[in-house]
Amino acid sequence: MGARYTFGGDEHLFVEVDEEMSLGAFFKSMSMTNGVKEAGLKGITEICPANASFQIKFDPDVIHPEKVKAAVQEIEQAAGNAEPVLNTRLIEVPVFYNDPWTHETLMRFRERHQDPNGTDLDYAARINGYDSAEAFIKAHSAAPWFVSMVGFVSGLPFMYQMVDRARQIQVPKYLRPRTDTPKQTVGYGGCFSCIYSVRGAGGYQMFGITPLTIFDPTQKTPYLSDFMVFFRPGDIVSFKSIDRAEYDATLADVEAGRYSPKIRDVRFDLREFERDIDGYNAKLEGLLNDA
Amino acid sequence: MTLKVHNPGLATTIQDMGRPGYFHLGIPIGGAMDRLALRSANLLVGNDETAAGLEAVFVGPTLEFTTDSCVAVTGADMPVKLDGEEVPANAAVPVRKGQVLSFGYLKAGARIYIAVAGGIDVPVALGSRSTYPIGALGGIDGRAIAKGDELPLGTPPRAPARQPLPDTLRRMPGSPAALRVLPGLYWHRITEAAGKNFFDDEWKVAPEADRMGYRFRGGRPVEFVEREQPFGAGSDPSNIVDSCYPYGSIQVPGGTEPIVLHRDAVSGGGYFMVGTVVSADMDLIGQLQPHMPARFVKVDMEGALQARADRRALMDRIRAHLA
Repeated sequence: MGARYTFGGDEHLFVEVDEEMSLGAFFKSMSMTNGVKEAGLKGITEICPANASFQIKFDPDVIHPEKVKAAVQEIEQAAGNAEPVLNTRLIEVPVFYNDPWTHETLMRFRERHQDPNGTDLDYAARINGYDSAEAFIKAHSAAPWFVSMVGFVSGLPFMYQMVDRARQIQVPKYLRPRTDTPKQTVGYGGCFSCIYSVRGAGGYQMFGITPLTIFDPTQKTPYLSDFMVFFRPGDIVSFKSIDRAEYDATLADVEAGRYSPKIRDVRFDLREFERDIDGYNAKLEGLLNDA
Repeated sequence: MTLKVHNPGLATTIQDMGRPGYFHLGIPIGGAMDRLALRSANLLVGNDETAAGLEAVFVGPTLEFTTDSCVAVTGADMPVKLDGEEVPANAAVPVRKGQVLSFGYLKAGARIYIAVAGGIDVPVALGSRSTYPIGALGGIDGRAIAKGDELPLGTPPRAPARQPLPDTLRRMPGSPAALRVLPGLYWHRITEAAGKNFFDDEWKVAPEADRMGYRFRGGRPVEFVEREQPFGAGSDPSNIVDSCYPYGSIQVPGGTEPIVLHRDAVSGGGYFMVGTVVSADMDLIGQLQPHMPARFVKVDMEGALQARADRRALMDRIRAHLA
């Protein structure tokens, strides 16, 4: 089925690849936005991929909206024939699940939650059919994730797990949003995991915290010296469950500028992935652990 | 060559024409809410149109000049005072070292723009001096100005304009404000009757109105076309699989109160949108106060582009007049 094209006023073309979320829709959205980038159309100022859709901002004084639409439709045709392959980064993100800081915060906002007597992890585990928080954490960190969108505010990554739909974790957002979320909280809402880049309001369930700085406007963090935002749409993320001691040690390294995240360049092939999801993910995991 | 902040006002920020190019990472364009007003203020004092000035909402700041200079205030109607004496707004006003700029009570509109000869010369962050507090970017340490700040000034490229800006070359919202909207995005999610109500009803600006977005209330709630929610969209009929949000897009969380995203927009989220305020009318939203009445006026793309051309023609007339 073809994508749906609609204009967001006189400055934006909005393209919905699919109404529902799927790796296929995300992948098509990524290839189309990459195609738009490569086409180098004059007058296009921003290209924003989202989960199953994307948006292009243009200057209508330079290029007529209908021309933008026609050009992107042509790119959609070409994307249909292109190899479903993405050259991207595989990144390991250590997570201290069930940490004291998100725990303190979730207790503070308990009356805004579906389950005022439990924790976010216990609740998410239960409604997704896991016996324990531990089993749930294992599922959350077992298979890798695609960064399917970066945004909301300041470099916050939305991530979609690379498993088939039957295994997708789904949790509702808080009944009423919190006014506080610790920086670098690993959260979950709908079918997306996220990492809060800055402290602030939030409605996603809170599962843990990463010691990695992912947004640094001062750019003092060595691995953010090129750019202040860590994640890019299309990155593949592997969560590694760590304990308090490793969290403290990693945080100290990050703060002292001694830490460099584990990153590998990978070529992701959607066809190979779909043929054997678990095997493909195991291969990615192997790549990460190669010296 | 600084401005000393004696009193910052309510939320006064350094703004220019913003930082395009980073919305895909959640960093919005930002910049002056009422861009026409800031451009005019800059032209009055002899700056480049896109120089950084101060945007003050509802309450003006109190500022001391540490150098001889020139200042112009545009946008909302608010008495401008130099050492306590009223001086004209919408005109270049010469200032001597040690003089203090202050303001009376807001009379109409919401935001004043203060341009000083040479512009506010804070460091550029991602191509702009605009303050974006959520990302701690631009301005002074990424925040609104505060008492005791010394705002550095640049060197003015030209002499100030000799003539003031006449009212005919200013643009303020009427009452009710008419905001032109191109329906689209997820317009198909609401019923035909709901679509008609949206444009027929009179709305009022809600107290939740800031640089990120303006909320409106008072119109009838929207009715959704029934459907089974797509995978990943969430259970509420106003939910969609999280998508990008255009600047000016109108989301209606829960189907009740429309929110128009503005210059400091969140870049995306999970609420459906009925359409988008045309680029030409974004300036007007920046001059709306809470409780002011507003109407959404339906236009097609041709109408949206005509509105844009009209605004550009007005800007050309302002340039010609102040040259």
